[in-house]
Amino acid sequence: MENQKRLDEFQAKIDAGIKIEPKDWMPDKYRQTLVRQMSQHAHSEVIGMQPEANWLTRAPSLRAKKILMAKIQDEGGHGLYLYCAAETLGVSRDQYIQWLHEGKSKYASVFNYPSPTWADMGAIGWLVDGAAIVNQVSLQRTSYGPYARAMVRICKEESFHQRQGYEIMAEMAKGTPEQKEMAQEALNRWWWPSLMMFGPHDKESSNSGQSMKWGIKLESNDDLRQQFIDKTIPQVELIGLEVPDKNAKLMPNGSYKTSDIDWDEFWNVIKGNGPCNSQRLKHHKKAHDDGAWVRAAAEAYGKKQMELVD
Amino acid sequence: MRNTLNKMNHLQKYCLRIADNSWILGNRLGEYSSKGPFLEEDLAITNVGLDHVGLSEAVYKYVAELDGTKSADDYAFRRAEHEYFNIQLVEYPNEDFAYIMARQFLFDVYQFLFLEALVDSKDNTLAALAKKSLKEVTYHIRRSTQWMYRLGDGTEESHFKIQGALNELWMYKDEMFFMDETDEEMMKAGIGVDLNVLKTKWEDKVTEVLTKATLTVPENPLFSLQYGKNGHHTDFMGYILLDLQYLNSKYPDAKW
Ligand SMILES: [Fe+2]
Ligand SMILES: [Fe+2]
Repeated sequence: MENQKRLDEFQAKIDAGIKIEPKDWMPDKYRQTLVRQMSQHAHSEVIGMQPEANWLTRAPSLRAKKILMAKIQDEGGHGLYLYCAAETLGVSRDQYIQWLHEGKSKYASVFNYPSPTWADMGAIGWLVDGAAIVNQVSLQRTSYGPYARAMVRICKEESFHQRQGYEIMAEMAKGTPEQKEMAQEALNRWWWPSLMMFGPHDKESSNSGQSMKWGIKLESNDDLRQQFIDKTIPQVELIGLEVPDKNAKLMPNGSYKTSDIDWDEFWNVIKGNGPCNSQRLKHHKKAHDDGAWVRAAAEAYGKKQMELVD
Repeated sequence: MRNTLNKMNHLQKYCLRIADNSWILGNRLGEYSSKGPFLEEDLAITNVGLDHVGLSEAVYKYVAELDGTKSADDYAFRRAEHEYFNIQLVEYPNEDFAYIMARQFLFDVYQFLFLEALVDSKDNTLAALAKKSLKEVTYHIRRSTQWMYRLGDGTEESHFKIQGALNELWMYKDEMFFMDETDEEMMKAGIGVDLNVLKTKWEDKVTEVLTKATLTVPENPLFSLQYGKNGHHTDFMGYILLDLQYLNSKYPDAKW
């Protein structure tokens, strides 16, 4: 049993806005929640490289190619910061990756959708990175120090991604009729999955209450989702595309009312049955397995060098 | 575009060779993104790829300026296969990490020496570009040299794999030093590089690294390839171009 006095002191620290650092005492459940959430976040950055890498050789201009390459690199870099931050919880990156491969650790479901056209590169940057920013800006104030600091670094880059994605969509929306159609279809494809990124309704979210109390989570899923919707709908209209929700309506308070999410689809994809779940995981495992001999060589060589020094 | 390319002068062709080498290699490296043996290495490879794309863009822009009728993107995306003048080595597919690194090492040594000499070019634009890229390529060559050591002197398996890849790619090396009329003209004008001098330096450096990596320098190829730089490519080239040019050829009127 964790003694009540320690728990109270811990809570008092959180309430006073003092960050929890790796060496500080923390309740097991706090640590477990962070292990789950931070590894999921790290895996998402890395798995998210796949739908974009899918278009790297096909990027249509020198500029677009450079931007996409740099973006994919940024995302992998975010994965690195987050793995490092998550390792401070006493779990190794190897272990996190093994959990991913065993299906014990998840990544953002949004990456289980395909990217069939160039417009998807626009939609991913604009909507998926856009939704991620809303979430991550909030997480900059999260109670675990290493996580909060990783978010600060990451947020700076995410806003570039969002702008660059929106620029692709804007360019296509004012392009040829075919381009406009591709842009609209990509928006239709990514709209709902992006809204789903914020997770279930608060009343449905099992961990939400405790996470908020511990300052891991600062705003509710529904509040964050609403911020994203209110920010994004005017952007859709500005470039002459249609919001893929006939019921979307501006309310007198300046906020938009929208249809409810298809929660059956949401849970179905989370359970691993989405269009690309198996493809994404297979891709990651294959790269990892194909690289085993390379990692072994680097390790063996490193050891030999160490022996030479001794 | 075919007619204009036939009339192209030596300087333009010389530049396109530089740009195309980096353009095709940059794309090959990009193709490997998300497939690396571990995250840091995955990112490093994309990073090198990005440097190559950056160099190719700068050189295409210069050619576009010399020409005055086409854009850098026209050069990168809208040419027929035989109008690309990269050496065949860089179009070789990403068979596995050993091939990727062997290809990279052989090319990095070449490109480093090439740019080092090009810094003294009488063409100010090329000299400036060479100077700028040399910093990046210094990092590339350090990395690929490290990998020769690690793979050559790592495990039995890695030694076998990297040696196999080097043996296989060895037949593509001579093309780097083959001098045709364009190279001769550019050298005489003080713009281009003497590839004969480069060849000796390249052989010395490659032998030094491979020996230190406990690897064997492959036998001289019985058949040597000197075609890419004049637009003759391997079977692999058409497919990567198909990818590169996909959107531009399918939607010729579109801007992206
Ligand atoms: Fe990211
Ligand atoms: Fe991003």
